[in-house]
Amino acid sequence: MSLKDRSAITGTGETDYVRGSQRSSSELMLEASRAAIEDAGLAPGDIDGILPPPGGLCAEELAANLGIQDLRYSATVRMGGASPTSALQSAALAITAGVARHVLVVFGWLGYSSLRPKPGVRSEKLDLGAVERATLGYYLPYGASAPIQQYAWIATRHMQTYGTRREDMAAVALACRQHAQLNDRAMMKGKPLSLDAYLESRWICEPFKLFDCCLETDGACAVVISDANAARDLAHDPVYIMGAAEGHPYPADDIPSRPEIFKIGLSHATPRALEMAGIEARDADFLQIYDCFTYVVLLQLEALGLCKPGEAGGFVADGRIELGGEYPVNTHGGLLSQGHVWGLNHVVEATRQLRREAGPAQVQDAEIGVVTGWGDFGDGSLVVLRR
Amino acid sequence: MSDSTAVPKPAPEPVTQLDEEFWEQCAQKGLYFQRCTACDTWRHLPRSMCAQCGSTDWEWAKSSGRGHVYSWSISHQAMHPAFANDVPYAVLIVELEEGVRMVSGLRELPPDQLELGLPVEAFFEDGGENPPVPWFRPRT
Repeated sequence: MSLKDRSAITGTGETDYVRGSQRSSSELMLEASRAAIEDAGLAPGDIDGILPPPGGLCAEELAANLGIQDLRYSATVRMGGASPTSALQSAALAITAGVARHVLVVFGWLGYSSLRPKPGVRSEKLDLGAVERATLGYYLPYGASAPIQQYAWIATRHMQTYGTRREDMAAVALACRQHAQLNDRAMMKGKPLSLDAYLESRWICEPFKLFDCCLETDGACAVVISDANAARDLAHDPVYIMGAAEGHPYPADDIPSRPEIFKIGLSHATPRALEMAGIEARDADFLQIYDCFTYVVLLQLEALGLCKPGEAGGFVADGRIELGGEYPVNTHGGLLSQGHVWGLNHVVEATRQLRREAGPAQVQDAEIGVVTGWGDFGDGSLVVLRR
Repeated sequence: MSDSTAVPKPAPEPVTQLDEEFWEQCAQKGLYFQRCTACDTWRHLPRSMCAQCGSTDWEWAKSSGRGHVYSWSISHQAMHPAFANDVPYAVLIVELEEGVRMVSGLRELPPDQLELGLPVEAFFEDGGENPPVPWFRPRT
């Protein structure tokens, strides 16, 4: 039984994306959830499945707050930043199997404020999940406890092996920043970025400079996935899930011991999701690619099979990933320039594009789009969507 | 910025019994990895079962401590306050002669002179209040 076209995104909701919210992540998640349910033309009581992220509000609390009295399905995908996109696969599974009809996928956090605790305000901690053992047990004693320091190992090896350049990473940062100029919801709207400013910015952790890093963000995002038959009667044209898959690098819980360090979760997920959808990656009209750091976009373009291993640097040159180019990437600005909401904002933007509601960032005649997730030490997910 | 002596360096935080044993041997200035006694495959991180042959029989085997640089990062901003006075500092992935790879720190070489395949060797230095952990330096 294939998941293809059996479920669809029917509602989306977002809070504002800001640095320094006065509200808790719980309030933000509930606001986004209500907005997504309303956008679908549903009432909270219609929701019978909830997929919350690791950390933050659990499914039971969400149901209690939203007044959902008969929750039939709940699960939490634990893949770090890839969790929300991967949750679309789980939602499609539950719907296709007839377990649930309308599933809420939600994420919210204080990605800015939790790093800057205020006196008298209870701080919100991150759940490290599967990467906790290696991080605290083996990397932290040498001062490499942050994702940027860990992904840098993969990036350095890539640069040394294939000659990938800082200018290649810049192409990702500049495309996202350029797209953010078209998006009223983007934190970096009104703050354009030049190649010189990118290259002159300070090092955070080599090979990454300041503008290789995504934005610390307070905010929340939610989507409703519905049974395809029910979706046709709702408020918007459905955005169908043509294919969905998750994948994990081997081993997933430690980076150094990988036999193939450039083989990431998305490398495994891509053939599965594309086969289910019956398309090639090059058939996509746009790509919303998880961009916690510029370099991981390059690695994912290779994993998607759009170019050969080591050739992503050349691939992103000459505006190919900008709006108007062959493969527009992160048309909302991405985590780098819209805001970091664990990539659920990528799903919202893909939905907006396929509803043809993307305003000045609209990809003309967009029919098919792909969204990737990336999390923990390179877990990945791929969702193929169509209108 | 705070004085480096004000914030002690973080000691390893073992999660499993195997983690504890690995670091306990380091504290005695010995670098040991697990070796499967059924198929002789070395492994790290420590795990209960050999992924090659499925055996749960293994021994702690002493590493030569000799290897080469597989990759690295160079931190210019401390993500933990204990490293504020160390920036810029390199954190290596070292591939040992036995075939396992581990994360460690670089000593006795400026980070900007790192290159892929640079031959390195392990040594132990006293970590102040913490037990010794292995570091790597260039070998000739």
